[in-house]
Amino acid sequence: MLTYTFDWSIITSGKYFEWLLSGLIVTLKLSALSIVLAFILGLLIAVMRMSHNRVVRWIAHAYLEFFRNTPLLVQIFFWYFGSYKILPSVVNDWLNTNGFEFAAAATALTIYTSAFIAEDIRSGVLSIPKEQMEAARSAGFSYLRSMQYIILPQAVRITIPPLINQFLNLAKNSSLAMTIGVMEMTYQARQVESYTFKGFEAFTAATMVYLVLSIVITVLVNMYNEKVLNLHKAA
Amino acid sequence: MITFSGVHKWFKSLHVLNDINLHVLPGEVLVVCGPSGSGKSTLIRTVNQLEPISSGTLIVDGKDLADKNTDINKLRAEVGFVFQQFNLYPHLSVISNITLAPIKIRSTPKAEAEEQAMQLLTRVGLAEKRDAYPLQLSGGQQQRVAIARALAMKPRIMLFDEPTSALDPEMIGEVLAVMKDLALTGMTMVVVTHEMGFAREVAHRVAFMAEGIILEEATPEEFFLRPQHPRAQQFLRQLLTPMQM
Ligand SMILES: Nc1ncnc2c1ncn2[C@@H]1O[C@H](COP(=O)(O)OP(=O)(O)O)[C@@H](O)[C@H]1O
Ligand SMILES: [Mg+2]
Repeated sequence: MLTYTFDWSIITSGKYFEWLLSGLIVTLKLSALSIVLAFILGLLIAVMRMSHNRVVRWIAHAYLEFFRNTPLLVQIFFWYFGSYKILPSVVNDWLNTNGFEFAAAATALTIYTSAFIAEDIRSGVLSIPKEQMEAARSAGFSYLRSMQYIILPQAVRITIPPLINQFLNLAKNSSLAMTIGVMEMTYQARQVESYTFKGFEAFTAATMVYLVLSIVITVLVNMYNEKVLNLHKAA
Repeated sequence: MITFSGVHKWFKSLHVLNDINLHVLPGEVLVVCGPSGSGKSTLIRTVNQLEPISSGTLIVDGKDLADKNTDINKLRAEVGFVFQQFNLYPHLSVISNITLAPIKIRSTPKAEAEEQAMQLLTRVGLAEKRDAYPLQLSGGQQQRVAIARALAMKPRIMLFDEPTSALDPEMIGEVLAVMKDLALTGMTMVVVTHEMGFAREVAHRVAFMAEGIILEEATPEEFFLRPQHPRAQQFLRQLLTPMQM
């Protein structure tokens, strides 16, 4: 027999609602910041991965293999427990007063995701006909400027579907930040559960939040794609 | 303007350019023709170092391409290149295709670059297409935009690699007309083409290539009326059918 009585009111108003709301805000901040940084870093690594300089290429390759093939949770722990030991104390002091957990989680999410984004962008670049690079080079653009103005804008357009996927993964993976005490959505849902024993309601709310977040990311990226990049307006 | 002295190029074991000696004067229009695979594209691509040469000397606009001090990007900005497949930037509008390099490389202010671009578009007869995207244009229109794009850098030399070979026959004329106008302005041009009408009318000299060797170099009149080399005679006979000499 079902003995559990549902009580949705505890999560729709009052103290616990505020906990969940503050968790939502932290999740949004963490995801948004990490997505932007991961995209920029991913672009950079992708370009390095295709560099003519062997050393640069090798560094990018090592980066990719290392961060794609170690568990995200371990990476979060590394930045949280490990970096503390190697960073200069000024940096640590600053981080401590500005949310060290948040910074560690954002760093881990950014770096981990950037490795996947870099590979997606690289496949996008490889799918652009080599004549585009020739046209750019023969106009007098350097290799990097050709990438910046001609190749990457086209490659990113092609890469939109896998990029959305990486952004969604990042948003969902951000829940792992609770393990180092970042008071994000999942952390707060867990808190509400332990105070009220209303785990079903609390985690239903969290689930809905991740779902809505995913939908919003998908819609935003598609809008960006339509409006800003505005590519290949074929007749 | 362009001087090849004893230039060789190999692709692995393939000897694509074999002892090329060629001199293009300022304001001269040189047409390069020859059978497919004879090395015409490779030859023209060495001029802006899309293909590096293996040995010999190549001087373009007074600069030795082998010299480490030659700024190759700067040189390329002075040399316009028109491709067989147009290679417009599909993600940019026509006007942006034309203004991108002037704005980013020459630091031309946007308004000024757009004004110049509009003049060029008018010159190639496509002013009304300024906001179109390349894939919305016909091949002939794309090629004319590509020529305008190259001219926007105010190049001192223009290179054309079979600019009309990818076009439907009815569009060839419009592109050749633009090239002819350009030649009349005194532009130094090297044109790889099989359009013998264009060569006769516009070229100052014709170079005939086969298997990486320039077999014959002559004025259009000499080349078409009295070709010396048997390969050139054979080549012209094969071209003769679709063309009235
Ligand atoms: N990048 C390359 N690598 C290897 N071989 C090439 C390359 N480009 C051209 N070739 C070969 O060099 C020869 C000359 O080619 P090309 O210059 O394109 O001739 P054309 O333009 O006269 O048709 C051909 O046999 C071609 O297959
Ligand atoms: Mg060719």
